[in-house]
Amino acid sequence: MEKLLEVKDLKVSFNTFNGEVQAVRGVTFDVLKGETLAIVGESGSGKSVATKSIMKLLPFPQAVIKNGEILFENEDLLKKNEKEMRRVRGKDISMIFQDPMTSLNPTMKIGNQIMEGIIEHQGVSKSEAMKKAIELLELVGIPNAKERVHQYPHQFSGGMRQRVVIAIALGCNPKLLIADEPTTALDVTIQAQILELMKTIQKKTDSSCIFITHDLGVVANVADRVAVMYAGKIVEIGLTEEIFYNAKHPYTWGLLGSMPTLDAQEEELTTIPGTPPDLRNPPKGDAFAPRNAYALKIDAEMEPPMFKVSDTHYAATWLLHENAPKVDPPPAVQERMKGFALSGAPEIAKEGEQS
Amino acid sequence: MREKLLEVKNLQRHFKTGKNSVVKAVDGVTFDIYKGETFGLVGESGCGKSTTGRTIIRLYDATGGQVKFDGENVHGKKTRSELKAFNRKMQMIFQDPSSSLNPRMTVLDIIAEGLDNHGLVKNAVERQERVEELLEIVGLNKEHASRFPHEFSGGQRQRIGIARALAVEPEFIIADEPISALDVSIQAQVVNLMKKLQKELGLTYLFIAHDLSMVKYLSDRIGVMYFGNIVELADSDELYKNPIHPYTKSLLSAIPLPDPVYEQSRKRIAYDPSIHNTDEESEFREIKEGHWVKCTPTEYAKYKAEHNSS
Repeated sequence: MEKLLEVKDLKVSFNTFNGEVQAVRGVTFDVLKGETLAIVGESGSGKSVATKSIMKLLPFPQAVIKNGEILFENEDLLKKNEKEMRRVRGKDISMIFQDPMTSLNPTMKIGNQIMEGIIEHQGVSKSEAMKKAIELLELVGIPNAKERVHQYPHQFSGGMRQRVVIAIALGCNPKLLIADEPTTALDVTIQAQILELMKTIQKKTDSSCIFITHDLGVVANVADRVAVMYAGKIVEIGLTEEIFYNAKHPYTWGLLGSMPTLDAQEEELTTIPGTPPDLRNPPKGDAFAPRNAYALKIDAEMEPPMFKVSDTHYAATWLLHENAPKVDPPPAVQERMKGFALSGAPEIAKEGEQS
Repeated sequence: MREKLLEVKNLQRHFKTGKNSVVKAVDGVTFDIYKGETFGLVGESGCGKSTTGRTIIRLYDATGGQVKFDGENVHGKKTRSELKAFNRKMQMIFQDPSSSLNPRMTVLDIIAEGLDNHGLVKNAVERQERVEELLEIVGLNKEHASRFPHEFSGGQRQRIGIARALAVEPEFIIADEPISALDVSIQAQVVNLMKKLQKELGLTYLFIAHDLSMVKYLSDRIGVMYFGNIVELADSDELYKNPIHPYTKSLLSAIPLPDPVYEQSRKRIAYDPSIHNTDEESEFREIKEGHWVKCTPTEYAKYKAEHNSS
């Protein structure tokens, strides 16, 4: 399949009073046409910074892109100036933010907020843009779209507001949609609706999507491929099935182990001890080593390269080196990798009559 | 027979939002919590689960109904000393650890505030020792006592919140979404800590959350709230295996699990409140032992037939 976006060895730092924070330390990934790539990781792992640099939405001049290339349809976005970027933002690439409360303008009618991008990029008249806005609202499942375009954000519920944000993002049929924790602020039932909506729309428009989240359940639901980030690096990347059923990196094991299974007569959840490293002076060697029960001596010396597990699956851990001792994931994690659902998923979800 | 620690009877809490409008945030909630158990309360935002928790601990006055703790009415008239004694028995852990800790107080003072108010320590040395002991219980270091909240990460701050709640040796702790603001790996740490403390100190928890899989993991019994009412209440395994109320079914079918193959086949059930016949009175009824559902008499007969035959 064709590559839509290629990010190569991206490094981003922030200059703060306390010194330089190396938020992203060499990230390489690509996004194919029509696929969904999920990026998971703890807060502070650099997942938002990496994707915001694709849109160049970082707070310059504090943020410095130190190195790397971001090729979107073979054009380097990092070489574009602000004026050229404005033509990309909202048109070819658009973004859905986490909190629909703060990403909408409270003093503007939502119709006008949707029209803004359409008028800017497509040069259509106001009345045409309004028509398009109503269509978009209908597409994202807002009833009475004709009346509701004239309402303000506070007149919408959280889930409805997130639908409006999605409508804005879809305004110009973007080729790439970046969704930064779009459902974290929402309830499970609303979350399920929004995820379904995003999937249907993506199928309809054949766009690609980068989905940032820390909820592994959501990842399993939406993603074709998954990248796991830790301390500003991708530590494991692969097809969704490969990550969930055959994870190789101890950090990924930790993430899986900390999710409770549903039959849960377990005494304790597996946890990842400690906290992420300070990225002002990232540790020498493997950044995850201090929290890793399986750390080898070499982890303190040298950073592990990406080892190949399969054509689509790579992991950065010395455990995959040919000379490394063979280590199996902890039993609780093995159990989960056989499939969470086996451990007593609610029967009800299998016999649901509505999709 | 297990001993009841908390009895909530037909609890109501209404808010006046204007001249003629009233929001019935909690409207007739009834449940008991037994000694030593964890009772989970789930529901979507705005269903009144936090209001229920806050009313139980007297942060809000009840509009109607009764809360009895150890046989004593929580909302009854109390003298200062009675109130003080009551406050010691029941404590709360809040959702957002960064806004529930005073940024101008050191951790020592935050945790010792309860000790001071209740006169549980005699002098500064004892105070310091007690706080250090509490810090150790929740997995922090003694050295942390002299620091300020902003010097800690989210998970550590939540541990401070827990230490503060434990300071006065309560019997009962209300945890209002204690892990929602934390990362997955940190969530597991805090949940493990809460479980450990329960075992060691014999605590009783009311655990309020919207993350159903964590609630399932932590709770012995679960109540599902919808629009100010509990619609279903059962043992947590029973609730997951045999949900009866359509809202519970819808809620369970919406949980995404970290299992791609399962996710592809998962189908969501939408909840349509209009299926209930509003002519008949809806009441909380016991379908099976310990499994309660809010239903009308017709629904009751139907549920009972379905679930007792299988």
